[in-house]
Order: sequence, then structure tokens, then C-alpha cells
Amino acid sequence: MIKFSDQQLKTPKFMRPVYLVTAGQSKYDRAIPHKRTEELCIDAFKMAAELLDLTPAELKRYIHTCYYGHFADHFGDQLLGEAVIHDRLGLDPLGNVGIKSGGATGGSTLWEAAKAVASGYSDCVLAMGWERMDEVPTDEGNFLIASAADRDWESPMGQIYTGYYAVMAQKYWQVFGKAEASFRRTLAEISVKHHGYARFNPFAHGAMKITVDDVLMSPMVADPLRALDACLMSVGAACAIICDEPTAMELSKNSKNKPLRIWVTAGSHTLRPADRRNMAIPLLPNETASQYKNLGKEFPGGDRYPGFTGFLAARVAAYYGYRMTGVVDPTEDFDVIELHDAFTISDVQTYEDIGVRPYGHGRDYVESGDCYHTNPHTGKPGKLPSNLSGGLIGCMHAVGASGIMQVFEIATHLWGRWAEIHGDKNRWQEFGRTKPADWTDLQVKGAKRALSVSHAGVGSHVTATILMDPDHLLKKDA
Amino acid sequence: MSQYGQVQVKNNRYKFRGDFHRLEQHMPIRDADNGWKLVGVTKPRDMTYVHSYGGEAVFFESLSQGKLLATKCENPDCEANGSVFQPFRIYCPDCLSKCAVVDMTERAEKTAQIHTYMVCTRSGAFNVLDKPIRFINVEFENVSTILFSYLLVGEPVIGMRVRPVFKVFNPTYTILDLSWVPADTPAESLPEGFAF
Ligand SMILES: [Zn+2]
Repeated sequence: MIKFSDQQLKTPKFMRPVYLVTAGQSKYDRAIPHKRTEELCIDAFKMAAELLDLTPAELKRYIHTCYYGHFADHFGDQLLGEAVIHDRLGLDPLGNVGIKSGGATGGSTLWEAAKAVASGYSDCVLAMGWERMDEVPTDEGNFLIASAADRDWESPMGQIYTGYYAVMAQKYWQVFGKAEASFRRTLAEISVKHHGYARFNPFAHGAMKITVDDVLMSPMVADPLRALDACLMSVGAACAIICDEPTAMELSKNSKNKPLRIWVTAGSHTLRPADRRNMAIPLLPNETASQYKNLGKEFPGGDRYPGFTGFLAARVAAYYGYRMTGVVDPTEDFDVIELHDAFTISDVQTYEDIGVRPYGHGRDYVESGDCYHTNPHTGKPGKLPSNLSGGLIGCMHAVGASGIMQVFEIATHLWGRWAEIHGDKNRWQEFGRTKPADWTDLQVKGAKRALSVSHAGVGSHVTATILMDPDHLLKKDA
Repeated sequence: MSQYGQVQVKNNRYKFRGDFHRLEQHMPIRDADNGWKLVGVTKPRDMTYVHSYGGEAVFFESLSQGKLLATKCENPDCEANGSVFQPFRIYCPDCLSKCAVVDMTERAEKTAQIHTYMVCTRSGAFNVLDKPIRFINVEFENVSTILFSYLLVGEPVIGMRVRPVFKVFNPTYTILDLSWVPADTPAESLPEGFAF
């Protein structure tokens, strides 16, 4: 059993309120051969300015520091790609730095940006993330991604990162899913939901109208996971502008964007799952130790925490984030969330890590219909809609941008601008996509608080980003 | 005629011999749907990297000799005192004292079992394992971690007892020299190159 000290578990504190004032993103696709990465970044930046009714030059005048999330140098074949983007955005002589934390890179970029404002170092910061995964064939892409696993102990085995995560999925599948056909269908339902919501998102490139049976018939990748259980591999860029209060008020004075309070927290865990040691479950505010006393009895094999079934890093990011902001019960306190659905099954694991459901009961979040925009069982609004963007399965996974795309998405709900941004006919046309005849407004009505979770591979890094309407805080001094 | 890059350490320096990279021509990428206009270029590259195992070298050398080494924290003041680490960790993750090296071959033969597994039909470029790959994580009695490896013979099941096998003939000096088979596998049915 390993233990964490009180100092390590201290609730993080920002020195002053931090705001998200705008965000933007490029089109996402499997390949974008006619645009350089910096063109995509400029697309994202221009959109962020446009949502504030400012010109890019006007917005740039406020920026003081830049954080760039870009995971895989070797995908773009450009070391210091951050410096190229910074130059092309014309942001000299501002200090800038690249952030890398695997799949959580986008979230980590926001984490750094928020801290720069919270500390008082900067009043306005750019967080920009991108990835370009289209310039190598898929098997070489898999090789490059496998470079993020331990080069001596893991990647020689198959050079396929999916396999290193998949052993954990298998354990969860057998222990908590009890290898039940009904659970397999629940996983498929997640894929149907995310590909389906992507149909209403012009930025998304995984739009599909499919059924549970289509998912169950798709090619096997690693039993029980099939091709349609997995996230996309994408190209694209996303950005966010993070400010202190006076700057946020000034930047948003002509805009429909109400500045939103933002907090970002982070956790980590062994890069090699093989190095995981046992510990007591760090409890979230809506949990008690006694509720997990019989976890191993209820789910034989489920007594080892985090074992290969939980993501400690996600748990710890939520542990910090909820205490920092006064969140007690995420299902009650949030109105909309975006989770890192690298696979349908990791989506379910995350429900438990972040306390949307207790450990062992993640599937209920889907089966109850709570995770939908409109609960399919009741026809009423879902209690806590998740991944209305389509997530990584339906919208995109351009690694360095993903965590920022999620925040862009939840912010559009809090701004009440979801339909305006996703329904714009011109945007559909500009992206060369057909707006479906049954396009549906997925705005979560009256959304005031939201969460997004950005996650790296086997759970080595996870961030939690919490957004709140400043008039609906849960804790005055947060 | 090109020659594989080879490296020795002599006088505490790397001595390189042979070819470590090959030069190949860049090729234009053109748009077949748009008048064959230029879009970009290919950038071929073939390089050999040099990599030190450092304090883990003894682990990789031992695999080729049929031994599975682990490490153990022996710092009496450490909360993790007595913990055995597999993967082999040079330093204790808690107290950062240098761990003792222990031979756990026998412990693995007697107590190894599959904690979880995944049968994977895909692989990345440069993969050398036969597909499907049977990834397994192996747990041992009194070892605090769960080793990641692959099953060489049979189909994995959670809880199945397995024993280690080593590529003692033509070893690769990589983690691939260690694999596992069901505990009751007879020596004569091991694939070529592997031995108990
Ligand atoms: Zn120690």
C-alpha cells in the first residue's frame, strides 16, 4: 500500500479569479493535405477573435504569454514546432513554451495557461494546441504513438499503444463488466451516441448514423474492443484565451461571450501500468470509504485499487478540482461534461474515476440515459449530458488540440451559443460538409457549470477543467 | 555495399562503425484531383539510434542467460522496505535508494499468473512479434507490481498459471527475450530459440 501526504493532497488554490473569455477551433479531419499546421492554428485563433467581435490584431494586443500544446514532434517532423506556430501567429516578442503530456496535452496546456494568470504573471494568455497525424501511414503512426510507452519495456512488444491500454480494458471488462453481453451492448451504445452527436457538429469528422449492431459487427481490434469502439486519429487545432477579471470584462464587452470562471487541475500515474502499486481509494466528496468495503465481493478481482481498472490520475485531478471549486456531486453540480473517450470502455472507467458513478457502476450512467442530451427512456433532458461534440470517437482526436476542443465545446453551452456556432450553414459549407436535414440543437438549456477531462494513454496524465458562470459559483472564495 | 551500424564502448566513449543512416530521394506529392498541382514532398529517412540500458543492462543481459532479475528496496527507513519491483527498478520509487538486485526466476516459475491480457490483431511498423499478439500482465507472490509481457504458447485466461521462458539462442537483448507459457508446457513444445 502506498500513501500520499497531506502536502501532496493539499487543495490547489489560484491567487486570483481566472476567466475563459473565448475559444476557437479549426476544422478537424483525418487528413488535411492542403493546409500547413500554422494555417489551422490561425483558423482557430481567428475564430476565437470573431466570437469576441474583435479582429485578430485587436485580440493579440492583450496577449502576454503563450502556451502551446503539441504532443508528437515526430508526427510533424519538426522539433520546436511551437516556435514555428508562435512566429506565424505573429506573437513575438512574447514568452512562449511547448507543453507535452500525451493525450492530455490539450488539458495540460490549459493548466499552465490558467496558472500563469492565477499567479499574476500575465493578465491574458493564449493556450493553443494542435496535432498533425496525417503525414505518416497508419502503421508508422502506431509506431510513433508507441514511442510514448516505455521504449525498453513496452514498445518493442507490437509497437502498438492500443495493446498497452487494452490489457486494462480487458481487466475492467471481466471484473466490473463481468464479460456480460449486456455490458458489451452498453459500450456499443456509447459509440452510437458519440458518432451520432458528431453529425450535428460541423467541426467533427466521425459523423455516423449507426446502430449498436453496427458497432458489434465492426472489425475486432482487441477483443472485446472493435474498430467503432476506438477514437479517431485527426488533424486540427484549437485555442482558448485565459484572462484575469479586468481583461475578461474588457475583451467581452462587445460580445455574447460571458467570461467564465475556469479552474484546471492535474494528476498523474505510472507511465507503465506494470509499475502500479496498491493504495486506498482517494475519496471524492460524494463518496465514503465504507461504500467500497465490499467492492471485491461485489466484483471478484475488484479489490485491488487502482489495479488495472481505475485511472488514479483522473481520480486525483477530480479530487483536486472538486475541492478547489466546491463541487460535491458531479452529476448534480455540473450541467454538461466532455470526457476523453479514447475507447468506449475507457469512457466508462472515467465515469467512476470522476465520481459520476461509484466504482463498479459506471455503466449505469449510460443505461439510465443520464449521459444523453435527451434521455431516450424519458424524453426529458439528460441529467448530465456528456460528449455532445461527439468526443474523441465522433468529433476528433488531434492529440494536442483535444483537451482544448472539449473546453471550447462546454463553453459554447455556458455561453448559450451552441446552436449559433454548430448550426451555422456557412461553416458547414466552408468545411465541405453537408448539414444533415435532421440537424438538432444540442444546446443544454440554462447550463451554468461544466467539466472536461483530458487524459493520456494508459492514464499517465489527466487534467480536469471546470468552467462556471461567475454568477453560479459553488464556493465564494474558489 | 552498406554495412549495419555497430557500436562499442571503448575508453568510456561510443565507437561507431558502419552506416547509421541512408540517403534517399525526396519525392513530390501531387494532387490527382486538381491538375496534379504540387502539394508537398516525401521525406525518407532511415537512421540507427544508439541507446544505453544504463543500470538496467544487467536485467537485459540476464534474460539471455535464462534468469529473471528484479530489484528490492532494502532501506530500513523506507515505507516500501522489502518491496520487490518487477519491472526492474534501479532506484526505489519511494526513497530513491539504490535497490538490491534479486534473482526471481524461481519465484516466477512457482507463482506467476496472468493478471490480465489482451489478444491484439494489429501492430505498428517495426513489430517483430507474430500476430495476433497475446499481451499479458503477470502477477507474482510478494511482488508489488504486475509485469507486462507476452504469451508465447496457448490462449491467455485471467488467473492462469504461467512460467517464464527465455530466448537464450540468438537473443535480441530486448524485453522480447522474456516470454511466458502455460505452467504445464513441456520443454519440447517451446518455440525455437526459447528455453525455460
Ligand atoms: Zn525505498
